[in-house]
Amino acid sequence: MEKSQYLEGVEKKDLFAHGHRACGGCGQALAARLVADAAGENTIACVATGCLEVFSSPYPDPSWRIPFLHSLFENAAAVASGVEAAYKALGKGPVNIIAQGGDGSTADIGFQSISGMFERGHNVLYVCYDNEAYMNTGVQRSSFTPLGARTTTTPTGNKTRKKNMPMIAADHGIPYVATATIDDFRDLQQKIKKALAIEGPKYIHILAPCPLGWGHHGELTVEVCRLAKDTGLFPIYEIVDGKVTNARKIPVKVPVEEYLKVQGRFKHLFKRGVPTEEVAEIQEIANQNIERFNL
Amino acid sequence: MLKQIEGSYAVAQVVAHCRPNVISAYPITPQTHIVEGLADLVGEGQLQAEFVNVESEFSAASVVLGASAAGARAYTATTSQGLLLMSEVIYCIAGMRLPIVLTCANRAISAPLSIWNDQQDSMAVRDAGWIQLHAEDNQEASDLHIQAFKIAEQTFLPTMVCMDGFILTHAFEPVDIPEQKEVDDFLPAFKPRHIVDPRWPRGIGLFADPRFYMETRYILHRALEKSEETIKEVSAEFARVFGRDSGGFIKTYKLEEADVAIVSMGSVVGTIKELIDQLEEEGKKVGLLQICSYRPFPRKEVYRALKDKMNIVVLEKCISLGRGGILASDIRWSFPRAEKRDRNISSFVAGLGGRNISIDDLRYMVEKVEKEPVEFEFLGLKKELIAERDM
Repeated sequence: MEKSQYLEGVEKKDLFAHGHRACGGCGQALAARLVADAAGENTIACVATGCLEVFSSPYPDPSWRIPFLHSLFENAAAVASGVEAAYKALGKGPVNIIAQGGDGSTADIGFQSISGMFERGHNVLYVCYDNEAYMNTGVQRSSFTPLGARTTTTPTGNKTRKKNMPMIAADHGIPYVATATIDDFRDLQQKIKKALAIEGPKYIHILAPCPLGWGHHGELTVEVCRLAKDTGLFPIYEIVDGKVTNARKIPVKVPVEEYLKVQGRFKHLFKRGVPTEEVAEIQEIANQNIERFNL
Repeated sequence: MLKQIEGSYAVAQVVAHCRPNVISAYPITPQTHIVEGLADLVGEGQLQAEFVNVESEFSAASVVLGASAAGARAYTATTSQGLLLMSEVIYCIAGMRLPIVLTCANRAISAPLSIWNDQQDSMAVRDAGWIQLHAEDNQEASDLHIQAFKIAEQTFLPTMVCMDGFILTHAFEPVDIPEQKEVDDFLPAFKPRHIVDPRWPRGIGLFADPRFYMETRYILHRALEKSEETIKEVSAEFARVFGRDSGGFIKTYKLEEADVAIVSMGSVVGTIKELIDQLEEEGKKVGLLQICSYRPFPRKEVYRALKDKMNIVVLEKCISLGRGGILASDIRWSFPRAEKRDRNISSFVAGLGGRNISIDDLRYMVEKVEKEPVEFEFLGLKKELIAERDM
């Protein structure tokens, strides 16, 4: 694909400015920029403690050109609820309020406050940047860490499957849930815009590879996302009013080995190049996704 | 107008008259009727506010944090475990200089589980950077809320109004609840300093590396010290406008002539005053120093009030386990080193977990310190329940 064609229709406003301190090839930095630029100037970002917060908001030079509010690790959704309540009470707005956090603050420590925000029906979009472990603090396991992945707290490989947050979000009865990755700018930005046009709580789950924690080369970040999609390990879909729609068909299905082999965190799953039993189990997860979403 | 009303509902009505824009609270661990009262007032349309029913105290504090950062006057109430669950956010609110008002209905901390009164909960967050004001009775508790919003919004320091759980929150007393117009005249609309607003994009809650962090603590500390002036001004103005003394820094009762000075805070000062009157009839001179503002701590006032007193006894409903009285150490610190010598400052802990503090307990305490100073003692302890092997 030609570069110009690929970027056609992609919003670029630099509302999340360059000069931040993310690592080279950081999936989250790219995702945060796409989200901010899709949402536009009339947006408030409520960000949880984590990589994004640390690399984008050191005093005195934050990277945000939209209002940015950070307080703690586990309360971005509750803080965003408070901002929304204030706007309502003061008769201000309309304004886009986007709570954002990594997988740790979404799946683990902040899970309760997100559930509360969904259940209460606040007009807030929650965006999860999923890099499948606590990367900011040195690659520790989160409940989004996939089966088999090696982290510093699962040195022999993670023994459990990933928590299915999009489905949990949808089961709150919220009007819009979507998954996206950073390899498809247009799709990601369209989903952000679509979500922001809907009244009520929304959830978008973005796969954001971390070269440091995943052990892949920085220039492969986008490619790793493509592989995650094309293996079926990270299905792309929307859930509108409880119904799964727009599941992205995989043009050519790729065996999970292709995805696992480019990442150091899965290296132990191959003995002298031969896949172990766990690879078959991971392939089974991909197959289940392919069947479930008719990819 | 005087109303016979439960303490919690009196506070709810007064807070409503302060016109908070956003109220968020969690109803348990444990709660009082304050938020129920406010929910009713919002539900009936008497108060135009967003009432956010959250899933925990942690989120209640986070919601008011977000609301305040967006420019709203925000209020929450909690107690005991709830305040401890909030504690991470409590520090954050102060660090971000958000002028939130919180009612702490003082109650004991688990374990063992107790829902009754003491002051361990607010003590647990005394160093967080909040102003902490302690009420003696329900009139003062109500009045302090009107003052708290004004103090908080002038100083950009969050303010906690502490009132003894059950003893005040669940007690029916006549309370004069000012009219809406009187409160409006006293308490101007909130003018926030920094808010999240797309018209003026700015970052709130940036992280500070070692080049910057310590100055934020220094500034917060100095701001708390400086809030002394505001607390005094606002309570003086309140007295002028409403015709009664509520709040302020310290209060005294028959202290000037006293041979023994009792120092305490909260509702127990009522019982102490009763004892002082009884002892006066018996020819004994005992006086009271009541701490109204625990943070900032009124060190200079304490010194001025007590500098001629050689026999001082501090009574408090909280303890620093492994150390002793908390307020007692604040009082001891209030004297210059040279003046500590020959001065007896006794320390008593009482009323933990709702144990009643009777006038006889207090009489025993005074009689004991008249004989000799007491380094540290639990007042009203049941020795028959204590076995040596448990310690």
